[in-house]
Amino acid sequence: MANVKDFSKSKELFTGGHRACVGCGAVIVARQVLMAAGPNTVVTNATGCLEVVSSIFPYTSWNVPFIHSAFENAAATISGIEALHKSWTRQGKYNKKVNFIAIVGDGGTYDIGIQALSGAAERGHNILYVCYNNEAYMNTGVQRSSATPKGADTTTAPVGRVRKGKEQQRKDLTEIMVAHKIPYVAQAIVGNWRDLTSKVEKALSIEGPKFINVFQPCMLGWSYDPELTCELGRVAADACIWPLYEVVDGEYHINYKPKVKKPILEFFKLQGRFRHLMKPENKPLLDEMQATIDKNWEDLLKKESSKQQENPVKAV
Amino acid sequence: MAEGNIVAKTGNEAMAEAMRQINPDVVAAYPITPATEVVQIFANFVADGLVDTEFVPVESEHSAMSACIGASAAGGRTMTGTSSQGLALMAEMLFIAAGLRLPIVMADVNRTLSGPLNIHCDHSDTMMVRDAGWIQIFSENAQEAYDNMIQAVRIAETAKLPAMITTDGFIISHGMEGINILDDQEVKKFVGEYKPEHYLLNFDKPLTVGALDLPDYYFEHKRQEIEAMKKAKAIILEVGKEFADKFGRSYELFEKYKLDDAECALIALGSTAGTIKAVVDSLRAEGLKVGLLKLRVFRPFPKDEIRDALKILKAIAVLDRSDAMNANEGPLCLEIKAALFDKCLNKILINYIYGLGGRDIKIAELKNIYSDLFDALNGKKIDSVNYVGVRE
Repeated sequence: MANVKDFSKSKELFTGGHRACVGCGAVIVARQVLMAAGPNTVVTNATGCLEVVSSIFPYTSWNVPFIHSAFENAAATISGIEALHKSWTRQGKYNKKVNFIAIVGDGGTYDIGIQALSGAAERGHNILYVCYNNEAYMNTGVQRSSATPKGADTTTAPVGRVRKGKEQQRKDLTEIMVAHKIPYVAQAIVGNWRDLTSKVEKALSIEGPKFINVFQPCMLGWSYDPELTCELGRVAADACIWPLYEVVDGEYHINYKPKVKKPILEFFKLQGRFRHLMKPENKPLLDEMQATIDKNWEDLLKKESSKQQENPVKAV
Repeated sequence: MAEGNIVAKTGNEAMAEAMRQINPDVVAAYPITPATEVVQIFANFVADGLVDTEFVPVESEHSAMSACIGASAAGGRTMTGTSSQGLALMAEMLFIAAGLRLPIVMADVNRTLSGPLNIHCDHSDTMMVRDAGWIQIFSENAQEAYDNMIQAVRIAETAKLPAMITTDGFIISHGMEGINILDDQEVKKFVGEYKPEHYLLNFDKPLTVGALDLPDYYFEHKRQEIEAMKKAKAIILEVGKEFADKFGRSYELFEKYKLDDAECALIALGSTAGTIKAVVDSLRAEGLKVGLLKLRVFRPFPKDEIRDALKILKAIAVLDRSDAMNANEGPLCLEIKAALFDKCLNKILINYIYGLGGRDIKIAELKNIYSDLFDALNGKKIDSVNYVGVRE
């Protein structure tokens, strides 16, 4: 497993000079994923923040082969590239081992891209799909997505006189991917490079479809000071809002269990999108959200322990 | 002429057979309703190990074209097949495939776009995407569909543009014909090996494909694509000539059938041209100077060549198997009229919309169209757009 020293000496595969916002978490994901993956990697991107900031013709931040074509199809596009690699390898035309990685936002993954993602997972392509999940459509103007948490203020589920932001719970896409019974599914955060790069390395060592859902704070859409990006990722893990865990061949392993679980308020109070929840009259909503997070965490702990009981020898 | 053998094949089987012989690196496809049988026949070739192709049975036509874009950009010879709703669902990706200049080849069985749901033949699907940047080649019968598929690989890869070969749904796709199948080795030699200039799997030169192209560059890239489509005309002619020299069947931008001394002529795409040829023969036997221009290549549209071919005519009927919803005329007629606008407006030009949703066109109806043209020459007023074979 590579360490900071190794990474500091390796060639930058995602270079600076791109047009991302100050404090952007998406480009941190791209850079760290490529640090772990190395140069023999093809990347595909859906239309979204990462694509529009990193490949404005005639410039590119990508020092690896890169393709973007549309919003909803990154999983299908990477399937096609991987299929060609398979075909050429079988025909004896090509012998290089290649990593096939899709890096896509939550809009292009949870919503319009879920069909292509599910299809690619079912077909068993040897791909790694990384979702940089900033919980809304940031590139198009902070519209709500099915990754947006309940109560968040977005431009299509705004806080008004009657409504208090998004009214529905976010979709649990990580568990949807677990249900595909693919060999590797994980959650990671921006703000813990060692955890993310280890997961990418581990995923790429496994044959078949892999999925990593990276929680990515966005200063523009979440409305916070840009220096807080990595901190917010860590607070989300400390509050068990975004637990760090892996599911390897169906077996759950929680990578980080906070000694003292922070209340979700610690995460919410740093961001403008939850500002309205700080008002006393909205306390019931905040309590409800805390209860949901607590229950999800308990459920996850149970999933981990039940697997360990079933397979005591293999327990991590 | 190369050796071949005559076998009974449906249009779908003929196109799948061409795909087997072309042996593409990747085929990605999805069976939307209405599904094309081309791909399932091809899947059998994959299952029997007759091709090297990696077949990707995707979960939608949108993903089919997306996977084709990935595979083609990565450097592979890539094909797909679809029809009707599938082509419509692909529409977004068709423009992108062309914009990225990827030589993907598609078998498209022409069937009506919903709604109402229909599944039978008309050209509304292909016409919907006529400006997507794909070379569009129509076939009169299964033989042409087979020959066109083989030529399309060379045409697309030379022009660096995607190409769709169309057949009329059911009429060609499901109709059995005796067709001349070329020797596998001859086809292999004719299509050659695909050697892309730039491709994703070339790690010596990491490539960024599909960059964001803002107002400072987009127009130039689009202009280059338009120019490539213009130049594709010469490539189509060149490949057609080579095909004719090698295999004896001649292909140009269009076919002139008894046109050179005709007074009145019909212009049509696809299988109806075959029926019209019978009508022309019958009317010629009665002493009438009638002919046919069967258009093979709809994109790039050969406007100058068509204008020259139509010069001597006095009256022309254009048959459209799709409607343009209250544009001046149907899509083919609009193109023909625009082609004639510069120099040849002193003609009678009448549009006939027919065969929507698989409605048959009959010999008597085609004869009536020729009569209309002669009547119009004698001063009778005929509507500029007419609907044939529909209950009004």
